[in-house]
Amino acid sequence: MLITEPNLERPDDFYEALLAAHQDLTLEQSHDLNARLVLLLANHVGRLDVLQAALAAARANLNGSSR
Amino acid sequence: MSNVVDYQQLEFEYRKSPDQDAAAPAHHALVVVGAGPVGLSLAIDLAQRGQRVLLLDNDHKLSTGSRAICFAKRTLEIWDRLGVGQRMVDKGVSWSVGRVFFGSQEVYRFDLLPEAGHERPAFINLQQYYAEGFLVERAMELPNLEIRWQNKVSALAQEGDRVTLTVDTPDGPYALTAGYVAACDGSRSPLRGLLGQESKGRVFHDRFLIADLKFDAPLFDNDAAERWFWFDPPFHRGYSVLLHKQADKVWRLDFQLGWDADPDAERQPERIVPRVQQVLRQGFGRELPFTLEWASVYTFACLRMDRFRHGRVLFAGDSAHGVSPFGARGANSGVQDAENLAWKLDAVLRGRAQDALLDSYASEREYAADENILNSTRATDFITPKSEISRLFRDAVLGLARDFAFARRVVNSGRLSVPATLDGSALNSADGDGFQAALRPGAPAVDAPLVKNGKPSWLLRELGAGFTLLVFGPAPAWATALDVGTVAIDGAVLRDEQGLAAQRYDAAPGTTYLLRPDHHVAARWRKPDAAAVRRALHQALMPC
Repeated sequence: MLITEPNLERPDDFYEALLAAHQDLTLEQSHDLNARLVLLLANHVGRLDVLQAALAAARANLNGSSR
Repeated sequence: MSNVVDYQQLEFEYRKSPDQDAAAPAHHALVVVGAGPVGLSLAIDLAQRGQRVLLLDNDHKLSTGSRAICFAKRTLEIWDRLGVGQRMVDKGVSWSVGRVFFGSQEVYRFDLLPEAGHERPAFINLQQYYAEGFLVERAMELPNLEIRWQNKVSALAQEGDRVTLTVDTPDGPYALTAGYVAACDGSRSPLRGLLGQESKGRVFHDRFLIADLKFDAPLFDNDAAERWFWFDPPFHRGYSVLLHKQADKVWRLDFQLGWDADPDAERQPERIVPRVQQVLRQGFGRELPFTLEWASVYTFACLRMDRFRHGRVLFAGDSAHGVSPFGARGANSGVQDAENLAWKLDAVLRGRAQDALLDSYASEREYAADENILNSTRATDFITPKSEISRLFRDAVLGLARDFAFARRVVNSGRLSVPATLDGSALNSADGDGFQAALRPGAPAVDAPLVKNGKPSWLLRELGAGFTLLVFGPAPAWATALDVGTVAIDGAVLRDEQGLAAQRYDAAPGTTYLLRPDHHVAARWRKPDAAAVRRALHQALMPC
């Protein structure tokens, strides 16, 4: 089961850390970082059904799509 | 023949057959079309089983160029049964270690056969003309196997229980009839075309250059034979390069060129030599003299026929399915097709099974082809990313692989050929007793070292050509009444001194496996009775 209820220990600290990690990077480097982050977290989660649910949730209602 | 035969130059003589002057078409129970590795393996297997076989080939030479060079452990085990495994291994280059580079840095190393206690290596690399040459020589030892060179099938008609073939020869066409036809006539399969069938799937828009190079000096200091794969190396930016060793000090370099490359220009030596020099300078830090033996520019597709059986015509090997070369799943899966088909045709012709058994050839090997195509397609998507985002993730995986073990499992430079476990086959009897999953019904038997009468032997060597009851313990008295061979690891004649057979087969005293003639598991029990084995045997011969 993909957890979509609040689960982050300290949401504001996490968000700040995420932006800080991208500090001073070119857009290309930021893309690389994001891709690596996805892969590291995916391995941490491990379960394919949870990852598939996360992929579907991320893909639904993307910014810039018609609805 | 002596061992100095130049297999690349060998030509086989066309001989006129009495069939060509016969008043009515001669009848042959079994006709195999295509004398490549698949057709030859099938014809030899059938002939060894006592069948009379006619093998037709449209050419009179062996493979032009080295082509399929990676022959997997399973193929070698099949060829052992056909009497040519040792020659292949002696001539080929055994290897199991691969290294993967990203840019100029090694990101990881893998060993395809990390455990000891197997007779055969994970792979040998051997030029296809040697493999075909050794198979042809074996075929020529079998009096009930006839090869007709320069016999090209030009028409095919099926009616009732026979197939009529028109065969073109240097003396003109003749007709013959066949009980069954095995179409092993390659990726462009003329027989497939004659039946109005096609092989469908995904075509990849990319070109690759193969260059076979002969070096007098060893390329590596320790003369190692390893598969080296570079993603985006400094000597071929943006593309991949693969290096591996073959017999006779020949190395193959395989360059990804991209779709826009000009195939005619790229296969010219003046284009290839500087590419190779750059690999040597930047990949190995030195210059070495070499000669260019053979070069080819190729494209590939992952595809298959919808059905491998069309009446009395059965398709095997590249005629039935195609994959990318990453993973060495072409020739290896074709040889597995051949061995799946051989015992079934034999059983049907002997009246031991009904014609419907041949339907299971198609369904089992279609399932295996899907597995091969899936693996091959995934490797191709990793090796040749089709979009910016897929390249981004690919490079991120490679970047992480240096430091993190998990990412090495995601790196895909080709998932190298292993035989399919035929899950879901109608020939399997489901496990009734508790077992570990590895050698479940449908799985191919695995090797283990044994001792027979005090001398070293191997488990797979002990298995016969028919159905085999593999017993961990003394053979039960009722086994002699069944139409199966028995191999009893009884601790007396046959001993499992290292305990590896018991470990690999999850065996306790009394554990019994029923193995098919192609050495796939049909059923297994902790302590069966004769009735259970009879039922499983029936299931494996008469699927309904």
